Amino acid sequence: MNKFKRQFLAGPYLIWIIGFILLPIIMILYYALTSQGGELTLTNILAIGTPIHRKALFLSLKLAFICTAICLVLSYPLAMILSNLRNKRQNLIVFIFILPMWMNFMLRILAWKMLLSNNGVINTVLESVGLPPLDILNTPTAVVFCMVYDFLPFMILPIYNSMARIGKDIIEAARDLGAGSFTIFFKIILPLTLSGVVSGIIMVFVPALTSFAISDLLGGGKVLLIGNVIEQAFMQEYNWNLGSGLSIVLMIFVIASMALMSAHDNEGGGAGVW
Amino acid sequence: MKKRIAALFTILFAVCFFTGCGDSGSDENTLTVLNYGKYLDPKAIEMFEEETGIQVEYEEYITPENMYTKYKAGSIDYDLICTSDYMIEKLIQEGEILEINFDGFSNLSNLDSTYFEFSKSFDPENKYTVPYFFGTVGILYNKNMVDEEDMQSWDCLWNEKYKDQIIMADSVRDSFMAALKYKGYSLNTTEENQLLEAQEILIQQKPLVYSYLVDEAQDEMIGENAALALVYSGEAGYAIELNENLAYSVPKEGSNMWIDSWFLPKTCKHQENAEKFLDFLCRKEIAAMNFEYVYYATPNKALVESLEEELQNNTTIFPPKEVLDRCEVLKTLDETATAKYNELWKEIKSTD
Repeated sequence: MNKFKRQFLAGPYLIWIIGFILLPIIMILYYALTSQGGELTLTNILAIGTPIHRKALFLSLKLAFICTAICLVLSYPLAMILSNLRNKRQNLIVFIFILPMWMNFMLRILAWKMLLSNNGVINTVLESVGLPPLDILNTPTAVVFCMVYDFLPFMILPIYNSMARIGKDIIEAARDLGAGSFTIFFKIILPLTLSGVVSGIIMVFVPALTSFAISDLLGGGKVLLIGNVIEQAFMQEYNWNLGSGLSIVLMIFVIASMALMSAHDNEGGGAGVW
Repeated sequence: MKKRIAALFTILFAVCFFTGCGDSGSDENTLTVLNYGKYLDPKAIEMFEEETGIQVEYEEYITPENMYTKYKAGSIDYDLICTSDYMIEKLIQEGEILEINFDGFSNLSNLDSTYFEFSKSFDPENKYTVPYFFGTVGILYNKNMVDEEDMQSWDCLWNEKYKDQIIMADSVRDSFMAALKYKGYSLNTTEENQLLEAQEILIQQKPLVYSYLVDEAQDEMIGENAALALVYSGEAGYAIELNENLAYSVPKEGSNMWIDSWFLPKTCKHQENAEKFLDFLCRKEIAAMNFEYVYYATPNKALVESLEEELQNNTTIFPPKEVLDRCEVLKTLDETATAKYNELWKEIKSTD
């Protein structure tokens, strides 16, 4: 009876999985593997090979990679500094990092669009102190900038979590045994935070790879990522089959990148949000 | 065994859950309307609800293509939709539109018959649509940032002088329209070499373009972030109201004249309510409210005649006859031509 009850509790979640994850994926697969007439075909998936789609995919991968790298470089030292602070201060600073996430991410992108525009606050300030204007709006630079801004907390938090779990006694013991700062970092801190780094990378890389809203708003229609191509296939060309086919390809890239990362994560990723 | 029971419950729940959302409200006194964003004064809906007791569900969309996707997805049974000429033609061809029963209409005579003539380009017998607003496509420019003489030709969109200050339309047909008209072709052409020529100059233009936008173009122009933009006359009228440095012109090579009309889609379940609503919209006072809200040219003759002379002569809002004479209405394209346009456009968007 007890077992039955427990399974019953999982009911709502099962409905959720079936209705909002499984069924949609089956539908995407169906559309991806059929032509607009309804016959079985692989053309929608192979369409990724056309120069436009390939280019969009490579650009997405490139921007996602740059974004992840910048996030990592910014987050790791920060998480280290953070974990060495006193407890109260730590909480305050983590709170400050989470604070922007209270606001809808679309609003944050729109705010950046206003800030970066030709007559926006940033350029007005730059002009008044005699500096050249910042002309990054509607370029890939602005897109990467905003991705970093949006996804940075997803990198900081898992790294900070894994860093905070390292006991001070371990480091003290290492010092007692004569290890220098370098040795401590490479032999203890780095290996113990690797799982946090891995989940951070996944949490940043995946949304960066699949995003289309940021490039739409800050790219001014000039930065065509694979997400934009898919959106256009659905909304402009009424070609759900092509959109689904490209989505499947993108999904494969997402799964592959996750598999690749967790293969390096022999700890089992316990420290992350995953 | 117990596992199976749990699974059974799950499926039962799922079935109840999903069918439960499906068919609510089909027999109630409601009206589901789908319209462009910012295209109807919300107060008019409230008045209609008070007057008739009909509950109005109001939804909005951005581009005709978005509307088509939304409608075709079929999850909501719309009773009344407003959209643009070429999209209506497409839907008529697909047999998606119901004939309107004009018998119950008492305010239809308020509309100028000229616009029913224009509507014949997509609704040849005037039996499917009621015109709502119309206008042109042209160039909205900032008088302090450009030479006004340049603005009389589409050439300005290719002028190196305005590098990084041009806003193009992020929509296939509108952008191709400018290029095709500049080259002296019809905006409904399907001839491959003309389209390729248009594509080539649109690619050449890309380094000069500040951004490709649809609805936000007017905001960027009001904020003076760009010098000129390809926009609909209605948006231009709105922007000029808010920033007096702006002005609007329809280039001499000709442009696109568009008509947005109401129609009853095949999903219409409350035809009488929809027709009541249409008649309500044709009323002079209601048309006046919507005109003030939207600021596009209205086909409501009774209203236009009662406007102040200055407004009647505002050529940004009400295109003069000689401008309309050099304009064409967009026609819907067949599937191969649509695919061609989309492909060429995607290539333009993907070049650096």
